[in-house]
Amino acid sequence: MKHIVKIMALLVALSAVWISLLQTSVLPKSQTWLLPLYFIVSLGCYGLLMVGVGLMHFPTCPHEAILLQQDVVEAKEFLKGKGVDVGTD
Amino acid sequence: MEAKADENKYSIIIPTYNERLNIALIVYLIFKHLPNVNFEIIVVDDGSPDGTQDIVKQLQEVYGEDRILLRPRAKKLGLGTAYVHGLKHATGNFVVIMDADLSHHPKYLPSFIKKQMETGSSIVTGTRYVKGGGVHGWNLMRKLTSRGANVLAQTFLWPGVSDLTGSFRLYKKSVLEDIISSCVSKGYVFQMEMIVRASRKGYHIEEVPITFVDRVYGSSKLGGSEIVEYLKGLLYLLVTT
Repeated sequence: MKHIVKIMALLVALSAVWISLLQTSVLPKSQTWLLPLYFIVSLGCYGLLMVGVGLMHFPTCPHEAILLQQDVVEAKEFLKGKGVDVGTD
Repeated sequence: MEAKADENKYSIIIPTYNERLNIALIVYLIFKHLPNVNFEIIVVDDGSPDGTQDIVKQLQEVYGEDRILLRPRAKKLGLGTAYVHGLKHATGNFVVIMDADLSHHPKYLPSFIKKQMETGSSIVTGTRYVKGGGVHGWNLMRKLTSRGANVLAQTFLWPGVSDLTGSFRLYKKSVLEDIISSCVSKGYVFQMEMIVRASRKGYHIEEVPITFVDRVYGSSKLGGSEIVEYLKGLLYLLVTT
C-alpha cells in the first residue's frame, strides 16, 4: 500500500469519528465543529515544538573538528613519506 | 564469528569530483582504521580537472592496485549513477558508500561492520541525531532547516530511521543492487529515497552514531531551491512508496 493511502485512511477514520460526534452530539455542536481546526493547530504546534526541542538539543561535536585536523596532519606526513603528492599548504 | 568475518569482503565506493587532497587523506585513514579487514576502495571520479585521478594512481602504488580501484567516468554524471557505476566493479559481498570530503570519518567503519555482524542487518546507516553522534560547522539556519526537514519526514513518511539524508552507509551488496535500480531522485533526496524504499521493502536496517564535520564552516548552504527540491522529493516518496 502506498504511504499516501495509509495517511488518507487515517484521515478518513478521523473524519468518521468527527461526523459521528456531530451526529450524536456528545459534545456541544459549536465545539465539535471546531475539532478539525484544533487538530490542525495542534499538529502545527507539535511540529514547531519538535523543531524547537531538536534545535535546543542539536548534537554538536567541536572536539571532532580538532581530532580531524590532527588526523589530516598525520595522514599528510605519512603520504609525503611515501611519495604521494599531497601539496605543501 | 572470526571465521565468518574472514569470508566477508567490503567494497568501499567513493565518488569524487575535485577531491585531490581529500581522497589521499581518506584512503590513509581507511587503511589505518581497518587493519584486519578484507576490503577494496573503488574511486569513481567524474573527470576532475584538479588531478584527482593522478593522486589515486600514486595511492595505488603505495597500497596496491587490488586494494584501490580507479573507475573514472568522463564527466559529472550525478551521484546515483556513480554508485551504480562503482557497484558494477565491486567484488565484495558488502558495499560501503561514503563521501570523499572527510565529513564522513573512516574511524566509524569498524562500528558499521560490528553492528552488521551482531544484528545480521541488510543495511547499517550512520546517524548524526542520536547520542554519540553530532554535527560540526553548521550555522543556526542550517540546523533549523535540517530539523524542520527531519520533523516533516518523520511526521509524514514514518521512515523508521532517525537520519534520512545521511549518506554514510553499509549495505549488503545484493540489497543495494535491489533498491538502487528503483531510485530515480537526485542529490540528497536520492539518499532519502534509498533508505525509505529499503524500509518499505522490509529490509532490516540498523543505525550507528556518526559525527559529521563540515570543514569549511557554513559551506553547506541550503538555499530556497534545495528546500523546494526536498519538498518535491518528500511528496514524490509519499505517493510512490
